[in-house]
Amino acid sequence: MTRPAPGTLAPAHLAVSGLSLSFGGLKALTDVSFEVRPGTITALIGPNGAGKTSLFNCISGFYRPREGHIRLDGQDITHTHPPARARAGLARTFQNIALFKGMTVLDNIKLGRHAHMRTNLLQALAYWSAARREEMELRAEVERQIIDFLEIDHIRNKPVASLSYGLQKRVELARALAMRPRLLMLDEPVAGMNREETEDMARFILDVKEEWGISILMVEHDMGMVMDISDHVVVLNFGKVIAQGPPAQVQGDPQVAAAYLGSGNPAELMRRLSAIGEAA
Amino acid sequence: MRIATAKETYVADEGLLTTNTQRAWMIILALVLVLAPFVLNAYWLYLACLVAINVASATGLNILTGYTGLVSLGQAAFMAVGAYAVAFLDGHLGTPFLLNIFAAGLVAAAVGVLVGVPSLRVKGLYLAIATIAASFILHFVFTHWVSVTGGMSGVNVAPARLFGIELASPFALYFVIVPITAVMVLGAANLFRTRIGRAFIAIRDRDISAEVLGIPLLQYKLMSFALSSFYAGVAGGMWAYFFRVVTPESFPFATSIFFLAAVIVGGLGTILGPILGAAFMTLVPELLKYVVEWLGPVFPNAGAALSPVRTIVFGALIVFFLVFEPQGLAEIVRRIRRFFHLWPFKT
Ligand SMILES: Nc1ncnc2c1ncn2[C@@H]1O[C@H](COP(=O)(O)OP(=O)(O)OP(=O)(O)O)[C@@H](O)[C@H]1O
Ligand SMILES: [Mg+2]
Repeated sequence: MTRPAPGTLAPAHLAVSGLSLSFGGLKALTDVSFEVRPGTITALIGPNGAGKTSLFNCISGFYRPREGHIRLDGQDITHTHPPARARAGLARTFQNIALFKGMTVLDNIKLGRHAHMRTNLLQALAYWSAARREEMELRAEVERQIIDFLEIDHIRNKPVASLSYGLQKRVELARALAMRPRLLMLDEPVAGMNREETEDMARFILDVKEEWGISILMVEHDMGMVMDISDHVVVLNFGKVIAQGPPAQVQGDPQVAAAYLGSGNPAELMRRLSAIGEAA
Repeated sequence: MRIATAKETYVADEGLLTTNTQRAWMIILALVLVLAPFVLNAYWLYLACLVAINVASATGLNILTGYTGLVSLGQAAFMAVGAYAVAFLDGHLGTPFLLNIFAAGLVAAAVGVLVGVPSLRVKGLYLAIATIAASFILHFVFTHWVSVTGGMSGVNVAPARLFGIELASPFALYFVIVPITAVMVLGAANLFRTRIGRAFIAIRDRDISAEVLGIPLLQYKLMSFALSSFYAGVAGGMWAYFFRVVTPESFPFATSIFFLAAVIVGGLGTILGPILGAAFMTLVPELLKYVVEWLGPVFPNAGAALSPVRTIVFGALIVFFLVFEPQGLAEIVRRIRRFFHLWPFKT
């Protein structure tokens, strides 16, 4: 199995500072600041409705924050459009899977590479040498780097709609990887998966970090997985960052426990959170 | 039964025709198209040319509506733009036939881009209404810009000339119209093997995630409009050389509905769909005419009564297909192909 040589993609540094967002009167995010350091996994956790997905939508450009800045490698991207952010190296998956259901797995993954391809309209209509060459290279690369890596050879020609939920999540990761991201954002990558699928996904995410050298920002309710694989944890509650730090430190933080339970018992917190992860 | 094909390389897998059976069918089709003019009488040749022109336009509309998901009822108006462009270039500048046809496509594409601008904000029925509005504005221009369009009485077009040969009969025109249409269909088929075609489909299926993948929506929607109206413009240009007169009534609004129906009956978002749909919509009324003639002796004096029946039967056939084969004629063909692939093991 060949993968891109480590270091070919320089992992990105994401810095979010003083971000605020409101929907009418509802303050979805208030003064949110944190960083994703290059080549690390940062987990974003918090109870339902804490604003995690809203924060993702700000970073990928769907929501306009009222205040604050988003910087990718020092460059301010707060006011750029989603396609520009994709070209800058941002890729994401969605909490409720946003694949193209009628297309095959292969076409979905190929779409990920769109922004990196050159073929123009005339070349496309003629399918001349340049267009053909680019399509063939894409196909070979997708097969070698992504389909093999994520172990989805057997489904490459299946329409996405016919796949199980767990496999669809994996295809969505495949499509995001095809974007050659430098920062990968995953919104609940293992929600609704069984134990085995969860372990597979955790392994893929770790491999992406270690072998592809990509920075990862991940929203996840499965605390076992968060504690296992992340380097840094950011806790959001009612749109505010209430704690951040290494997993072990956040795990023992009484404020975090209080946010989830209204009590200060970290052990109880762990139990509740795993239950949420299982049920979701 | 089709013998299983081992896909050795991606090159074979990514090809347009992936099996020998498909290649054989394509050769047979090409032979039929080449030999047809020597077999068909003038009337059927006339119909064959008309089908080819309609296939070109329907293929364009399918790129926009079937693949990009933008419903347009402006295809007839874009064809008219192409037809007038040919009439003007031919009459005033005397530029050569093929150049005029191509220019007709470009002019229509430019108009298409303008009409497509609202597509960033409005979708579905609202966009359809916007294209209807544009059609009426264009119709107004056709009737009032007399110096170019000849107003209500229209403009005449001289017979096309290619390499010094006058193309006045359907027989002669067949040999340019059918190849041009074939090239356009091939172009559409190629398009959907590349990033641009995939981007169109992505916009149709889920435009939010298309943006996250780095597809700029406005640019691609306008590109789809441009391409679709380019096809309409070329079709309209061929139409102008075929009928040799263009008036504001050459492309009534009902023609736009005709094309939308052709694409839906044939199968949205398939290459085969608009070909089958345009052929169906063009030929079935003619076939029904034959049936009526044939029934004439059986029911004497019924001719007057049978002719409206023809229209009703045609309408009923369209409804029948929409109800029983919403995926279109292309889906029926696909099912037949599947049957033969598996035959005789499974049905
Ligand atoms: N488009 C919107 N319009 C109005 N309110 C919104 C919108 N999106 C989110 N919200 C509100 O903002 C708050 C944060 O929602 P968000 O989806 O970001 O939470 P979350 O942390 O992702 O929750 P979950 O764990 O359930 O996915 C919620 O109160 C939600 O109702
Ligand atoms: Mg969420």
